[in-house]
Amino acid sequence: MKYVTEFRDGARIRPTIDEIRRTVTRPWTIMEVCGGQTHSIVKNGLDELLPGEIHLVHGPGCPVCVTPLETIDRAIAIASRPEVTFVSFGDMLRVPGSTSDLLRVKSAGGDVRVVYSPLDAVRLAQMRPDREVVFFGIGFETTAPANAMAIRQAARLGLRNFSMLVSHVLVPPAIVALLSSPENLVQAFLAAGHVCTVMGWTEYEPIAARYGVPLVVTGFEPLDIVQGTLMAVRQLESGRAEVENQYTRSVHRDGNAAAQAVLREVFDVCDRKWRGIGEIPMSGLRVSGRFATFDAERRFPVGEVTTEESSICIAGLVLRGQKKPGECPAFGSLCTPERPLGAPMVSSEGACAAYYHYGRYRVAHA
Amino acid sequence: MDLSCPLPLTESTRVLLGHGSGGRLSADLVRRFFLPRFTNPYLDRLDDQAVLDVAGQRLAFTTDSFVVRPLFFPGGDIGRLAVNGTVNDLAMAGARPHYLSAAFILEEGLPLDDLAAILDSMRTACQEAGVLLVTGDTKVVDKGSGDQCFINTAGIGVLEHPWLLSADQARPGDRVVLSGAIGDHGMAVMSRREGLEFEAEITSDTAPLWSLVGNMLEGSSGIRCLRDPTRGGVASTLNELALASGVGIEIDEERIPVRPPVYAACELLGLDPLYVANEGKLVAIVGPEEADAVVGRMRRHPLGVDASVIGVVTERHPKMVVMRTRVGGTRVVDLHPGEILPRIC
Amino acid sequence: MCLGVPGKIVDIYEVAGLRMGRVDFGGVVKEACLEYVPDAEVGEYTVIHVGFAIGRLDEAEAQRSLQFLRDAGFLSTELGDGTAEGGL
Repeated sequence: MKYVTEFRDGARIRPTIDEIRRTVTRPWTIMEVCGGQTHSIVKNGLDELLPGEIHLVHGPGCPVCVTPLETIDRAIAIASRPEVTFVSFGDMLRVPGSTSDLLRVKSAGGDVRVVYSPLDAVRLAQMRPDREVVFFGIGFETTAPANAMAIRQAARLGLRNFSMLVSHVLVPPAIVALLSSPENLVQAFLAAGHVCTVMGWTEYEPIAARYGVPLVVTGFEPLDIVQGTLMAVRQLESGRAEVENQYTRSVHRDGNAAAQAVLREVFDVCDRKWRGIGEIPMSGLRVSGRFATFDAERRFPVGEVTTEESSICIAGLVLRGQKKPGECPAFGSLCTPERPLGAPMVSSEGACAAYYHYGRYRVAHA
Repeated sequence: MDLSCPLPLTESTRVLLGHGSGGRLSADLVRRFFLPRFTNPYLDRLDDQAVLDVAGQRLAFTTDSFVVRPLFFPGGDIGRLAVNGTVNDLAMAGARPHYLSAAFILEEGLPLDDLAAILDSMRTACQEAGVLLVTGDTKVVDKGSGDQCFINTAGIGVLEHPWLLSADQARPGDRVVLSGAIGDHGMAVMSRREGLEFEAEITSDTAPLWSLVGNMLEGSSGIRCLRDPTRGGVASTLNELALASGVGIEIDEERIPVRPPVYAACELLGLDPLYVANEGKLVAIVGPEEADAVVGRMRRHPLGVDASVIGVVTERHPKMVVMRTRVGGTRVVDLHPGEILPRIC
Repeated sequence: MCLGVPGKIVDIYEVAGLRMGRVDFGGVVKEACLEYVPDAEVGEYTVIHVGFAIGRLDEAEAQRSLQFLRDAGFLSTELGDGTAEGGL
């Protein structure tokens, strides 16, 4: 596959890793904030290959994991209604709410379906005017433009039976929240390449300046990740704190103007609660008033949902990169993907789940 | 900032889709519900077939049900799968397949033309596999409960060799052999699934494997075990073998063939080819001295042209399957927890 | 959030007022929405995420990334040839 296979070539990756080894002189903690990058690192065993001075930690980059419990419960409540066809990306089906999950709703007779694109949900609404079609719109800035276009299209077509349960989260406020915490250990960030394809990197420049932290916009293939790491290490070793772009084949400073325009049209920025971290101001997106009729939250009021959380899980510390999954006493024993205690064990993109599926052997032999 | 955490979900009181996907949930269901009630030396082996001694003749006996959706997909249909699937379970014991039964559960409203097409396909598949359909049954259920067509087939075959091929026979040093490229069947079906459709030159690899197996068993084969990696893919099969034999398995990503369109389709949907179903491939555990000869014999057969050694059985990390990745790192190849779903992250 | 797959645009058309296209991902073709790449043409590569092109891929920059270390002057040894066409 063009633009994929070449970036997975071991022969290109090894010299880059050697160069990191030659450059690094002391320990550095670098965080990536992207479930896809977490996945790529652990699935390829990249963190194993990097020199020991590099502590690669995983941030709250999995939108599935950080979707608030209340939102999952709300989704389950809506999906359980007999008139609703609840449509979602595959990732969300297994996420546990307080007492159930979407797969269980399906097994109890609910009409829950998986699609590849939010436009498929719009199409479904067109074909089935007898059903209330609700789409679960989660994700970071990468996915928001697609969801926005779906709402816009539904409005254009005059659909009366389509709505979206939106739970979008924004990366820069999360990075600021992490950096503002007195317990923060992160010294540099790899910024998510596809988020930045949409948004560009202008939002990161004031962050780098204010906190003195290098930020390298990085792609997802193994070669991208080791290159991004090398660029971050070079900045750290020379005391620089700038925004750099490794993913030059896809990302430009101003991002995708067409996508940003539709985002502004359909969504408003709002405060958002991140599961495992808490509320971060102005860190989420919700449907704007103009498209209120397509907002499932307004269309299906389910009242206040009270949720109870347990205490064994250290999800917050893992999501902030202060602990690695293997350092959690419950990891792999009390807490597994089948019986997760916390958000990062739930989705295959979560740090704990990634380590459990791919990295368990190394954890045991660390 | 609070460190909040969701409550663990209580055990499900209902059957879930994940119970049928060949991963961890499936294994749990068998272990908790089925084994305790029916335990006996044959069933406890948890092979895909039972090898029975009947009046001095070793017979293999197996059954399988087919619920694939959609019914027709590139390269095959549910009928062809139903024949080949059971023929292959017999072949994995090293048994020559002879007789099949077929029981149908049809949904009221299934077009009779579809039924005819499925049956024609089964007839052709039986001829190709050299088996006779000798008994059967048909039931019809209310519209809305049967997903159009379910087929169960059972089969009887005769072992013409003296060995016991079973999942618990793998020993450190044995080689792991794979007969060819993986993921074709699962992605062929996926390409026609509602909501995920795509165009690709991917056709199901469904095929009867007895003649390939027959070639492999010539001579003192050194073959410990044969498994066809159907639902759950090569990953699930290797985990089952590691577990049953109490050994570790190490495989090499670069030695596992995946056809380019299958690779691309998996990338598109965020799926790992190791977990995608195959219907015309097999995994063999072969002793170190005999492995090259077995691979040689496989390569001379049309269904084994891409056969190769992909890994080794080891005493390290028992019951765990570990893979050396293309970039030189290692990762665990885990049993998938449940339903394998396309992802966006 | 991140599964963006590179694919080549092989056809562009309109469906229900939206700019759509058929995209080839190395042997798999699927329809995607091209509203966010209004200047992209047939033959160009884009990054597709949940059925939407979110950006165009720059061939020259891809080559530069593949030759990163050599261009940066850190290595005396060759890194390898240019683009390897897909396939395994």
